[in-house]
Amino acid sequence: MSSHAEHHSGHHGAGHHGAGHHDHGHGDDGHAHGTLGSYVIGFVLSVILTVIPFWLVMDGTILDKNMTAMAIMALAAVQVVVHMIFFLHMNGRAEGGWTMLSLIFTLIVVVIMLAGSLWVMYHLNTNMMPIHDPSQLP
Amino acid sequence: MSTTLTAERPRGQAPVFHVVDEHAHPEGSSTMLGFWIYLMSDCLIFAVLFATYGVLGANYAAGPAPKDLFDLPLVALNTAMLLFSSITYGFAMLAMEKGRVSQTQLWLAVTGLFGAAFLAIELYEFAHLIHIGATPQRSAFLSSFFTLVGTHGLHVTFGLVWLVTLMVQVNKRGLIPANRRRLMCLSLFWHFLDVIWIGVFTFVYLMGMLR
Repeated sequence: MSSHAEHHSGHHGAGHHGAGHHDHGHGDDGHAHGTLGSYVIGFVLSVILTVIPFWLVMDGTILDKNMTAMAIMALAAVQVVVHMIFFLHMNGRAEGGWTMLSLIFTLIVVVIMLAGSLWVMYHLNTNMMPIHDPSQLP
Repeated sequence: MSTTLTAERPRGQAPVFHVVDEHAHPEGSSTMLGFWIYLMSDCLIFAVLFATYGVLGANYAAGPAPKDLFDLPLVALNTAMLLFSSITYGFAMLAMEKGRVSQTQLWLAVTGLFGAAFLAIELYEFAHLIHIGATPQRSAFLSSFFTLVGTHGLHVTFGLVWLVTLMVQVNKRGLIPANRRRLMCLSLFWHFLDVIWIGVFTFVYLMGMLR
């Protein structure tokens, strides 16, 4: 809490801005802004990271199915990070770190929820399979 | 720092804790963080829908599977539309920072057109699926597919409504601080929808074709 209070007192103090607030365009937000260069870099990276998975799946002969699945998931994860950095301008300093903190919290909840749902329901499916062997019936 | 929190104890009363150096909150100073937290809650909605699709996505009920339904070139075109709209919104933001009203409006209009093209292609796809009998009622796979992709499409629709509203606002009042703030919120919203679409085309369409 003390660092938060410090950030505010520094930010609204007499004239000097706290670290990470040099990038104020017009003083009504704590968000970093992109430049033409950063948008173009992000766009080019996104195009590459979109074309590769489509090409891998549409061709279908470059890698086997499991490898293709792993590759497109990895490429999607990289592309999400690219969008976060170049389009959403995420960094650890915006809003005194609170956007990054809320993002990390959300990601933790999402991972628990996704992994938990798939895990539990997969095992439920496996264990609830109909019994085909009549000798197993009561 | 020692002056931040103090306990005032008026005679005979319970202590009162309050922040002594109460700082000013200029209008809209917390809007961006608040909007970001809204987006994070939206992210949870999509995570739940992705989880639902992950659980139900293989239950075809003897109906059509992704391989029978999905048209990857069309999805690639759709993805391109959304990606183009992302970069053109970026250009609108750059023009806004330079205070160029007409250039901002132009790029916003281009973004809107790409967004509308995305929606048109998606509606065409949905109409085609429903026409050949692959309706949401057909199987659990199709229910979860239409819910997930449809929710994303609804977000894009509301983003478009918001975009047109802001173009009218900018036209009437120019790039005043309130409008800049609104445009930055929509920027976050629009790019966030593109991030969700990465998940959709990867997990729904591409992984679906691999099954």
